[in-house]
Amino acid sequence: MTAATPAIPTAAEWRLPDRGRVAIAALIVAETAVFTIFVAAYLYYVGKSLGGPTPREVLRLPVLISILLWSSSVTIHLAVRALRAGRLRGFTGWWFATLALGAIFLAGTGLEWYRLIFREGLTIRTNLFGTTYYSLVGLHASHVIVGLVMLTTVFALALRGYVKVEHAGRAEVLSLYWHFVDAVWVVVFLVVYVVGR
Amino acid sequence: MSGDAVIPHLVLSTASHLLLAPVAHAANDVATSSVFSPVSAPADSVVRVATLVLIVTAGIFAVVASLLVYSVVRFRRRADDDGSEPPQVYGSDRIELAWTVIPIITVFVLCLVTARTVYDVQAAPRPADALEVTVVGHQWWWEIRYPGFATANEMHVPVSEGPAARPTFLALESADVAHSFWVPRLAGKTDLIPNRHNRMWIAPREPGLYLGQCAEFCGTQHAHMLLRVVVEPAAEYARWVAAQQAPAADDPDASAGRRVFETTACINCHTVRGTVATGRFGPDLTHLMSRATLAAGAAEMSRISLRAWIDDPDHVKPGALMPAMQLDDAATDQLVGYLMTLR
Amino acid sequence: MATIDPAFASAHPGASRTSVPGLLHGWVVSVDHKRLGLMYIASGLLFFVVAGLEATVIRIQLAIAENHFVSPQVFNQMMTLHGTTMVFFVGMPILLGFANYLVPLMIGTRDMAYPRLNAFSFWLSLFGGLLLYSSFLAAEGLFGGGAAPDVGWFAYAPLTELTFSRGNATDYWNLAILVSGVGSIGTAINLVATTLCLRCPGMTLGKMPLFVWINFVVACLILVTISPLTAAQIMLLLDRFLGAHFFDTQAGGSALLWQHFFWIFGHPEVYVLMLPGFAFVSEIVPVFSRKVIFGYPIMVAATVAIGFISLSVWAHHMFAVGMAPAANTFFAVSTMIISVPTGIKIFNWLATMWGGKIRFTTPMLFCIAFLFQFLCAGLTGIMLACAPFDWQLTDSYFVVAHFHYVLVGGLLFTIFGAIYYWFPKATGRMLDETLGRWHFWLLVIGFNMTFLPQHFAGFAGMPRRIYTYGPGRGFEIWNQVSSAGVIFQAAAVACFLVNVIHSLRRGARAGSDPWDAWTLEWSTSSPPPAYNFEELPAVRSRRPLWDLKHPDDPDWRFE
Repeated sequence: MTAATPAIPTAAEWRLPDRGRVAIAALIVAETAVFTIFVAAYLYYVGKSLGGPTPREVLRLPVLISILLWSSSVTIHLAVRALRAGRLRGFTGWWFATLALGAIFLAGTGLEWYRLIFREGLTIRTNLFGTTYYSLVGLHASHVIVGLVMLTTVFALALRGYVKVEHAGRAEVLSLYWHFVDAVWVVVFLVVYVVGR
Repeated sequence: MSGDAVIPHLVLSTASHLLLAPVAHAANDVATSSVFSPVSAPADSVVRVATLVLIVTAGIFAVVASLLVYSVVRFRRRADDDGSEPPQVYGSDRIELAWTVIPIITVFVLCLVTARTVYDVQAAPRPADALEVTVVGHQWWWEIRYPGFATANEMHVPVSEGPAARPTFLALESADVAHSFWVPRLAGKTDLIPNRHNRMWIAPREPGLYLGQCAEFCGTQHAHMLLRVVVEPAAEYARWVAAQQAPAADDPDASAGRRVFETTACINCHTVRGTVATGRFGPDLTHLMSRATLAAGAAEMSRISLRAWIDDPDHVKPGALMPAMQLDDAATDQLVGYLMTLR
Repeated sequence: MATIDPAFASAHPGASRTSVPGLLHGWVVSVDHKRLGLMYIASGLLFFVVAGLEATVIRIQLAIAENHFVSPQVFNQMMTLHGTTMVFFVGMPILLGFANYLVPLMIGTRDMAYPRLNAFSFWLSLFGGLLLYSSFLAAEGLFGGGAAPDVGWFAYAPLTELTFSRGNATDYWNLAILVSGVGSIGTAINLVATTLCLRCPGMTLGKMPLFVWINFVVACLILVTISPLTAAQIMLLLDRFLGAHFFDTQAGGSALLWQHFFWIFGHPEVYVLMLPGFAFVSEIVPVFSRKVIFGYPIMVAATVAIGFISLSVWAHHMFAVGMAPAANTFFAVSTMIISVPTGIKIFNWLATMWGGKIRFTTPMLFCIAFLFQFLCAGLTGIMLACAPFDWQLTDSYFVVAHFHYVLVGGLLFTIFGAIYYWFPKATGRMLDETLGRWHFWLLVIGFNMTFLPQHFAGFAGMPRRIYTYGPGRGFEIWNQVSSAGVIFQAAAVACFLVNVIHSLRRGARAGSDPWDAWTLEWSTSSPPPAYNFEELPAVRSRRPLWDLKHPDDPDWRFE
């Protein structure tokens, strides 16, 4: 039982996970749980509306804006890579592209809602479909808005020259949030526009 | 009950009576609603499984609590302690395995017994001649619908025992919020949930009056939704049904009161079969006086309480949804007189 | 604390030690985990007194049949606020406060991973509580009785829909919890990041104190527990403000959907509440038995198992809603299974005391009472897990008795134990042992007097959440005894408050390690400096101070 005294790890040896990544992962877990509940409600209420417009009648597949949103995952990945390599101009360009694509997606959703409300007569209070559709898509859109606010802030800072290569970690953490928003859209797209119709 | 179930039944029922004597002592007292005085099949099944669970948990308690007491006494620091630390024991695979396996086995047995009782009660087949009654929950009274007539708060069912056993199957619905039908001596509770159709059954062995009340918080007067279930021999039950099916009494002496009833918006909410009153929002009053309580147990049925209720329902049952009808004394007296004829 | 924060003093050389603005400023802008932890605990204790008064009103009203002490409207507000306050504004804050204070100290670091998020979460939490209670002052409810929520702490639909809950009472309930829920999630994120990323060198996950492990599991649970409630509350908000139909049964909506979502939150939530109590016991019992915790690896495994299994048992709160027999059986089985790791923990604590030299200090007394009372709670839980038995017992006073044995006899006793144990560390002074014993014994008597009879009230057929009951039903005797117990509990809490106030100024000086304990927080001064450790420690075992005190017999040889 006379084992040698265990060595204390040196600072170089004692490597723990990056706290930014852990924190954003934890946030993503919590948000996933929120979205799961809304998706569960959506699926439960498919086909249960007592009247009013049905998904098949009024929904059109938002193919273009979905592709644009998912492309923004690629652009933000490229932006972070550029920042890591110290290419600040490249970072700013790709970051702006992400912002623009996200904004177009949001505008597209807004147009879709305009059509549904004023042409098709579907609002959140029309029937169960309206309730679950607007709340699920709206919850996602609100997360896009929050993401765009953060992206815009960073973009403004980048334009002023405040963003440097040592901020790549933080940019990556933000990009993880953005990837999450895009991944949620995969699920929402499938549930609302494919399964639910 | 089959022969080989008799002895376990005797043991279990003796144990349950001894253990729960203070709760079950009033077994013949009409007002008791003890879980451990069952008079009907689903409640009997529950007591059987409950007694087993109680014995097992009592055993666990006895063992663990004794060990706790022993350790606290035996291993306390003595006054003459030398301040040295006792041997540090980090764990023991064998002991930890034992106290994992034994609980798992215990839980396994309890799960089997539980599953069996769940299916016995919920999957019980419905005989063709079972009585079908629909109970609709309201804030804060019970609508009871039989084939051909409806009543409120007081339910009569036939005794179900022996070769001519006739259980009662209840369909449970709600007109507003969630309620729960709970008459402990007859069965476990089942909720009445709006936009959902639930079912339960009872097969009472002994005639008598069995009390229960709403068991799901439903608002201000959740406390005053009394359930009175009267179990009667078949002949008496048939007589009650016939009396309820008859249209309302039409006593010419009470015609003034009847006019008050029909002109004061009472008919908007209440039904009196055989008259123009066909309202569905409030209880059916056709045979109001055949019931022993008023407003789902808020008061005993009597002229005085009826008068007080009509004067100001909120005074008798604060929060009740029936408005005060603002009648003068004379009109109220006539109205009460009319209602007293609705036997 | 009479000394001014040295960091503040150096930044504001003109600040006087006794200037109220100076002291207040230090606390209000603080991002120090220790100050935030103490503020969490203090606010929790304040709400505890308020919720206790609400419970007193309830027990006075129920002491005799057909009592008219309060109206049904007021009673329903009392019972709603009592439950809501105790769960969200007493339990969660106190437990997150202890985690906040102790986790960085125990893992040998200077603060939480995100100090400003920490402060933000605390203030959100406090604001939620204040929002809930501002409902008393707000616009009139339906009957002009003030708009305090009266829908029960679980606010079942459709009772909470606009149709049946006019006025804004329900909205206060909804928003208050929504806001404080965001705060809880913030703290959970912080705890996860701190535990995974800031441990001192040598402290692998297998060498963290059990307290840290358990709070880590709790933080992970919070992430997936509070979120479903947040989602359901957003749905309720949409129903009530935008005319949505999530729980609107007349439009085809489902009342059961709320119940499922609520209990998907609600059941893991009770483990979020109880597991930190286990964490306290796992630190206190070893120290006062003078033995290492028995079976550390299995304790960790059992905690993780409880965390996972707790996510699968929620519908045991819904056995009476008419689910299919297969569903009822599944949830009965999963609920029975969770009793296994929970029981294992009791056995491990028992084995820790076995062969030890038990010192009956006040913290240890509270933990011993916890063991007996939590054992009862667990066993009544097994009774409730048996679905057919539950068909009789659910929504009756038996359930009320069960969960008060868990949360008062279990959790509250461990919280008091924790306060007596760590008060010297946080303040530098000992709490008085004599008053502590009075507190303890009065609480044991009062608690059992109030809640033991309620089991029998449930057996007798008394439903819960009723503002009164008829005479001659067999409920009276149990209610009378139950109400009498309140006097002892109130006296106990009074002893405690007197003890705290007195000891803050006059308590015996504590020194850094008054209990001869073994985890890192006892290596700092009492109270610790703002920066916690002059030099960040490094550890070789789970009990670094044991290794220092017993260099001939260190833990790392045997772990």
